Amino acid sequence: MSTDAIAIPSAAIAPRPIVAMLHEWVTTVDHKRLGILYMVFAMTFLLIAGVEAMIIRIQLIRPHNDFVSPQVFNRLFTMHGTTMIFFVIMPFMFGFANYLIPLMIGARDMAFARLNAFSFWMTAFGGLLLYFSLVGANGLYGAGNAPDVGWFAYAPLTSQTFSIGHSTDFWTLALLVSGFGSIGTAVNIIATVLCMRCPGMTLAKMPLFAWLNLIMAGLVILAVSPLTAAQIMLLIDRYLGGHFFDTQAGGSAVIWMHFFWVFGHPEVYILVLPAFAFASEIIPVFSRKPIFGYSVMVGATVAIGFISMSVWAHHMFTVGMSSAANNFFVISTMAIAVPTGIKIFNWLATMWGGKIEFKTPMLFCIAFLFQFLIAGLTGIMQGAAPFDWHLGNSYFVVAHFHYVIVGGILFCLFGAFYYWFPKMSGKMYSETLGKLHFWLFIIGFHLTFDFMHIPGLLGMPRRIYTYEPGRGWDTWNFIVTIGVFFQAAGILVFLGNLAWSYFRGKAAGSDPWDAWTLEWSTNSPPPAYNFASRPFVKSRRPLWDLKHPADPDWNYE
Amino acid sequence: MSWRVLGSGILACFCGTGLAFADPSLPLSPTNIFAPASTPAKSIFGLSLFVLAVTGAIFLVVFALLLYSVVKFRRRRNDDGREPPQVYGSNQVEVAWTIIPILIVVALFMATARVIAVVQKTSPPGNVIAVTAIGHQFWWEYRYPDLGVVTANELHVPVSDPVHPTPTFIKLLSADTDHSFWVPRLGGKTDLIPNHPNSMWIDPQETGVYLGQCAQYCGTQHAKMLLRVYVQSRDEFDRWIRLQHQPAVVNDAVSQGQRIFETTACINCHTVSGTVANGRFGPDLTHLMSRDTIAAGAALNTRENLRRWILNPNQIKPGSLMPAMELNEQELDALTAYLETLR
Repeated sequence: MSTDAIAIPSAAIAPRPIVAMLHEWVTTVDHKRLGILYMVFAMTFLLIAGVEAMIIRIQLIRPHNDFVSPQVFNRLFTMHGTTMIFFVIMPFMFGFANYLIPLMIGARDMAFARLNAFSFWMTAFGGLLLYFSLVGANGLYGAGNAPDVGWFAYAPLTSQTFSIGHSTDFWTLALLVSGFGSIGTAVNIIATVLCMRCPGMTLAKMPLFAWLNLIMAGLVILAVSPLTAAQIMLLIDRYLGGHFFDTQAGGSAVIWMHFFWVFGHPEVYILVLPAFAFASEIIPVFSRKPIFGYSVMVGATVAIGFISMSVWAHHMFTVGMSSAANNFFVISTMAIAVPTGIKIFNWLATMWGGKIEFKTPMLFCIAFLFQFLIAGLTGIMQGAAPFDWHLGNSYFVVAHFHYVIVGGILFCLFGAFYYWFPKMSGKMYSETLGKLHFWLFIIGFHLTFDFMHIPGLLGMPRRIYTYEPGRGWDTWNFIVTIGVFFQAAGILVFLGNLAWSYFRGKAAGSDPWDAWTLEWSTNSPPPAYNFASRPFVKSRRPLWDLKHPADPDWNYE
Repeated sequence: MSWRVLGSGILACFCGTGLAFADPSLPLSPTNIFAPASTPAKSIFGLSLFVLAVTGAIFLVVFALLLYSVVKFRRRRNDDGREPPQVYGSNQVEVAWTIIPILIVVALFMATARVIAVVQKTSPPGNVIAVTAIGHQFWWEYRYPDLGVVTANELHVPVSDPVHPTPTFIKLLSADTDHSFWVPRLGGKTDLIPNHPNSMWIDPQETGVYLGQCAQYCGTQHAKMLLRVYVQSRDEFDRWIRLQHQPAVVNDAVSQGQRIFETTACINCHTVSGTVANGRFGPDLTHLMSRDTIAAGAALNTRENLRRWILNPNQIKPGSLMPAMELNEQELDALTAYLETLR
């Protein structure tokens, strides 16, 4: 069954001067172009922050190494963390949401096209501002350049007393500015999902991708707002004589921690829900079955959204909270394992009884399931507050959250890149290079982050630029550093694959995966305004219905 | 059969980690969290094993399911090209895998709450030794308010006999940024936060030196803010206290060094009791030579290291807040000789 019925015949485009094309990209309000801009921006910062990570690991390859100075090391881990969270993973996720949500819900664009462009440019400006600190932050002689207060920038290290010059200001302003961008995008996603769905697509018939991004956008509004408020308070402290976090004048360092983590923990779910969204689209297609327990998956996501707002102080088990508060955050933290577990079980049940095809996107998703399982279990360990009194701020926690962010989120992102690359570029990627990328990256990932748990259990704290010999940490750190080079090689193969496929890849056609959601019903790449006529859907898998008119989904939902 | 072998292997790997690390015949690390030597650390260790066992079992079950589905339900070479049966969900199964995790969470929570109650109790049993630990960039100040002793970087506590416990109760303060006190074999970490007094307690049951280090990023030299806890027999501890009570020795042979010390910026930050030096910004030096290390554990306390340290602290510990005093060779020798008399 051909699905080109509602596709638009593509017309040859006459070559135009490069300046005109650049101008089009800079002034665009098209959701697909903005999506791609987000991804290119994020990819650039992925390379920068990846190099920072490599330098960090080279410094830690043996005890008392002096590859970089402590000052430089502290700037590196601050920039690595800040960049990866705010300027790599978030823009990647916003990029995919921007590109795919209108296509999946049969809309012609996002609800607010100009707000969309504004949001992207705010995020981009924030990223540039952060890195402008390298030249702009010197202020005073010896005041350093890039921020060195850590990505969670605990008070009072950020006060004028301990952070002279302007490096902390660049950090604050970068997050403030990109925060406006994030909130703008979140508003846009919510409005688009709620108001722009094509006829017939009730909330209960939306692809899970749209549902998960809707919840993610809600979390962005709830979580990024306190962060933005805290940045303003910090600026008031630093320049207008405020004392919110000024401990010398009766302010509270702990209040900053609450502000930061009431953002920081939902942020984890802001990053991981879109990753779940990728998995929820890719796993069914390559298992050839609909998602198992659609309504339970939606319910579990909503539950995660709610519970994730009440777990933040599990980042603060060591700051001396009362045992009542500790108990509350233990139970809420462990409670979030229940809906998350339900999701893993539903993905497994989707694969169960299917015919699994091990294409590159599916390989990444299977690895995601395995790694996210482990990440969740080490999360439960740290949810047990007394165990966390050891594990918190040790290398164990570093291994744990990299298991979530790399092993879970980044693996899903790679899967999503391979899955939707044919749609976005119109070209098929190289399966051989894709598999090479997968194996290099999974070997590197496990070398680095499996072994990183161990020095944490042996008492190695995080954020130290060097460590003492004779503590049993040396071998583990050596292995961890070796793994980084495999991951770097994997990333290079990935970029090579994208570039090669873009120029040399075979034409992909509109529906290379024999998939079921609306984006596969239009051309690859989709034309401006996506669909020639508004689609009309009767089930969650409109293309399944088209392909199987004798046995459509709406009989069963 | 091979499934069972694989399964038990993985389980052993996962939840056996704690036990393997705890084996005293394999001293993996002096800062191993699985080699507890004090009641709080032991309570945490017990909980850790329970949590590792539960999560290990969960891992085993879910991993087996994942592996089974990937192998069993892969597309075969001789596939007929037809779509598999389309299954949309099952409420019974969903209820099952909601209820079971809830029960597991309840069990884990109750075990956790019990240990929180044990460790966070405000009054440990027995004759308490009170210590105030104050975190500084990048060293530790210890005060024994009941015993009238002030020292730095090396905490001395008496061993605690479980029958007649003499636990040490540590009040945790900070003079500048956030720090965290973490000696893994004695207990979990607790942060030292300015304007937010915290406390913890330990009752080490074996003598020896226990290592640790600052576990909350506190600035440039966070890495070399090391912790050393000397657990001594009661007699040795009392002898140490008596020594710390002695005033600084006055020795005419090193009067030149003393004069240098008292006429440079040294006295702005350091105290030598009984002299004009009464600074509080740096470590108390009255009994400097009774300590094994200098610079918060960054170097051994030898003549050569002392000299290097005074000449240029940044050479040993870049980012240290102690300035280089720009002394010439002869002044340096005299000053080092003076410091070496502070026993």
